[in-house]
Amino acid sequence: MTPFSFEWQWNIEYIIFFGLLYIALGIIGVGITFTVIKTGLQALGFMRERHF
Amino acid sequence: MDSPLLPHGVKRCSTWAFFFWTLPWLALLAWGGLSAFLCLWKGLNQTNMSNVFAFALWIVFDLAVIALGAGAFFTGFLTYIIGKKELKNIISTAVIIGFICYSGAMAMLGIDIGQPIRGWFIFWHANIHSMLVEVSFCITCYLMVLAIEFIPIILENRKLEEIKELRIFGHNLHEIMAVFAATGTFLSFFHQGSLGGMFGVMYARPFAAREGFYIWPWTFFLFVLSAIACGPCFTILCTKLTEFFTRKKLVPDSAIQLLAKISAWLISLYMVLKIADYLGWMYGVVPRAGLTFESFFREGPYGVYLVVCEMIFCGILPAIILMVPKARQNQGWLIIACLLNCIGIVLNRFLFIIVTLAIPVMPFDRFWGYLPTWQEWGIGLAVVGYGFLLFSAAYRYLPIFPKERELNPITE
Repeated sequence: MTPFSFEWQWNIEYIIFFGLLYIALGIIGVGITFTVIKTGLQALGFMRERHF
Repeated sequence: MDSPLLPHGVKRCSTWAFFFWTLPWLALLAWGGLSAFLCLWKGLNQTNMSNVFAFALWIVFDLAVIALGAGAFFTGFLTYIIGKKELKNIISTAVIIGFICYSGAMAMLGIDIGQPIRGWFIFWHANIHSMLVEVSFCITCYLMVLAIEFIPIILENRKLEEIKELRIFGHNLHEIMAVFAATGTFLSFFHQGSLGGMFGVMYARPFAAREGFYIWPWTFFLFVLSAIACGPCFTILCTKLTEFFTRKKLVPDSAIQLLAKISAWLISLYMVLKIADYLGWMYGVVPRAGLTFESFFREGPYGVYLVVCEMIFCGILPAIILMVPKARQNQGWLIIACLLNCIGIVLNRFLFIIVTLAIPVMPFDRFWGYLPTWQEWGIGLAVVGYGFLLFSAAYRYLPIFPKERELNPITE
């Protein structure tokens, strides 16, 4: 059992299904976190803002 | 009244005109709200769904809007991954349409499951062998991606852009949009496919069942292909509708023509594969089930005319129109072809959902018919009202068409 599946089993089907889900969620989470941190650094003047 | 919120250098109607424009769509939302309240309070007995039609109007709407909203992921894929620069003029529109379609579908599903407070069961008690579980996971994640893609567009609002932190956040999100576009493409591929795969594996219902490749029936691939063929057409239709109501040219022809050309090739490929699929099914799955093609349309309200409309008038015909450069460059023909393509996809989903369930699977059973109640229509049409409202507000307050100023200079 994992925090995200009550009926979790240690077999390849569960690992592939949830693995892909966690990868997608991970990319979304890391992407947003990266953007928030970068924005914070740029807003506080620790990093140069890129102009379009 | 709201002029400080309007984008720079573009003309918009008066606040009152906009208010009156929103009234019909607010009325549809109110009708949907009342229907939703009745369904949540009294239960699904407010609908004509039954043990026969467990999937009904709402699922037809869901699958149709999810296919029509595929323009968001596919245009994003073409713009950010393939690098088609012309499409930057239409990507915001595609994203907003996708967001409307997916959020509307999710809201409708919330009512459809009967007890929304148990909606989380599908995530917590995930049956990983179920195509619907995969669809639920992918649609939820993809709606997050669409929301993230929508944020930079919202932050381009004139007033919001004055806030330094929000402006920087919007720019930074925009910079890594390719990552989200790639994630969206992955998620969309699987949920569009699994929606089709779900019907293909109904072995007890030969009208929907198909052979396939490994664990995926052919419907898996056909649903993906049909969605990416019609999604851009729906984006073109919405753009043309906005141009008609605003009496302005909003998107350069190069972007529209590129989308139409890509759609033409995709719908043509889809039609070839769909014909092969029908033939393989008619001479493979159907005889093995002891049936003939005619036996599916022996009785009941759903005739073979639906298949003829789907394949010939809403499939082959728009494919031919879009494939001929002179025809697709003509505004009238382009709109007709896009409209037929979108109707064809809705018909396809209707055939797989309603007609599949209407056909008996037991010798003693009979053909069924289904008519939605006003509550079912109310919730379905509320999504249309919501779409018009959100898109109208986005057009009014956000610069969603980057070339609008250039194409419509204001002469004082």
